Amino acid sequence: MKAAPFAYHDPRSIDEALHLLATLENPRLLAGGQSLMPMLNMRVAFPDHVIDLNRVEGLEGVTEQDGALRIGAMTRQRDLEEHPLTRARLPLMTEALTFVGHWQTRNRGTIGGSLCNLDPSAELVAVAAALDAVLEVRGPAGARELSIHDFPEGLMTPALAPEEMLTAIRLPFWPAGHGYCFAEFARRHGDYAIVSAAALLMLEGGRVTRVSITLGGVGAGPLRLREAEAMLLGAVPSAEAIRGAAAHCERIEAMSDPQAPAWYRRRLAATLMRRALEKALARAGGAA
Amino acid sequence: MMESRRIALIVNGARHEAETPVRQHLGDFLRGTLGLTGTHLGCEHGVCGACTVLVDGRAVRACLMLAVQADGREVTTVEGMGTEDALHPLQAAFCAHHGLQCGFCTPGMLTTLAEFLEVHPDPTAAEVRIAISGNLCRCTGYDSIVTAALEAARAMRDARA
Repeated sequence: MKAAPFAYHDPRSIDEALHLLATLENPRLLAGGQSLMPMLNMRVAFPDHVIDLNRVEGLEGVTEQDGALRIGAMTRQRDLEEHPLTRARLPLMTEALTFVGHWQTRNRGTIGGSLCNLDPSAELVAVAAALDAVLEVRGPAGARELSIHDFPEGLMTPALAPEEMLTAIRLPFWPAGHGYCFAEFARRHGDYAIVSAAALLMLEGGRVTRVSITLGGVGAGPLRLREAEAMLLGAVPSAEAIRGAAAHCERIEAMSDPQAPAWYRRRLAATLMRRALEKALARAGGAA
Repeated sequence: MMESRRIALIVNGARHEAETPVRQHLGDFLRGTLGLTGTHLGCEHGVCGACTVLVDGRAVRACLMLAVQADGREVTTVEGMGTEDALHPLQAAFCAHHGLQCGFCTPGMLTTLAEFLEVHPDPTAAEVRIAISGNLCRCTGYDSIVTAALEAARAMRDARA
């Protein structure tokens, strides 16, 4: 249970980190360490070089620009949880963060680390998909942006080249007064979610004018349920309409693993999504 | 390839300078290099919470942080919380309410709750349960720990008033 030997680098700038990433043999970026450190300790990961991002300038912080919050990749989950801008603009994320690991792991864990680790049940990945996040990536060829929807390439595999790194995430926020809910089921609080459900909803004149429905934990990446969204868009959100949209979760492709078989995930997804939509609706000022 | 580095940090108010292999985690550094064996190591992959220490005032798992990352930081372990003659209010409450039996999880419980009560001086029992959800105890069944934490919170509030 001790890490195998590696060489350690603690660059101070993004450029320095990128140079190390592009030139060293078998490197690994270390963000908050709440997933990589266990992998090192258990010798599941064997990097020759660990490039620690914790002393790199300019990777931390939350700012508001052009209708979105821009969050530095190394911003700690605990700081996000308590940040007034997150609370005001992204209540869905604040709610989801309470499910991310525990108090002590959120004190170290970062948003960028969580996104790049891309665990199927990672709450922050589902939140990013629900909000149509844009990821800012830097590499030797310069900067580029990609949508969160193009980010998962496979199980725990982000669409990043080996010499690229995530530097920031931009999350467009919804207008004040929107309804939101993040719900999940895990065996114990803080465990990996078996299924998580994120719902965002806006009402005008008693009808749904905007809706976002996302599941986490059912496949390699987060699943946006566009058909269920289409069912609710423009509709009067009756209890029946919400049940109908949530029932869509019973027809999705879901993964089986030792924690839960696919059929169980589908039924759980439908239940959690119904609850999430009902709560989001109530928070948007509609009757649940 | 056993790379090592010299680091300097404050531990429980005292400055320490020591050599550490770069792959060594903070928990092993505190125990093995500095001899502060109050910090316990259970699972070493972030599940049990026994190794929790405060780094710059924040509760973190010492097994999930490299010792080199603590260079220049301020670390508080259970040894820095109170003395035998003057226990920290949490330690006193754990004694009074049977908050420990074998004592293995206790250092992690105490450090976690120390930060938690700083931020939430008047928590509910449910909030305390969530705060210690990342700390496994196999003896007490947690009830006595929750009672002790609430009692300590009360004592700390009274001391401030």
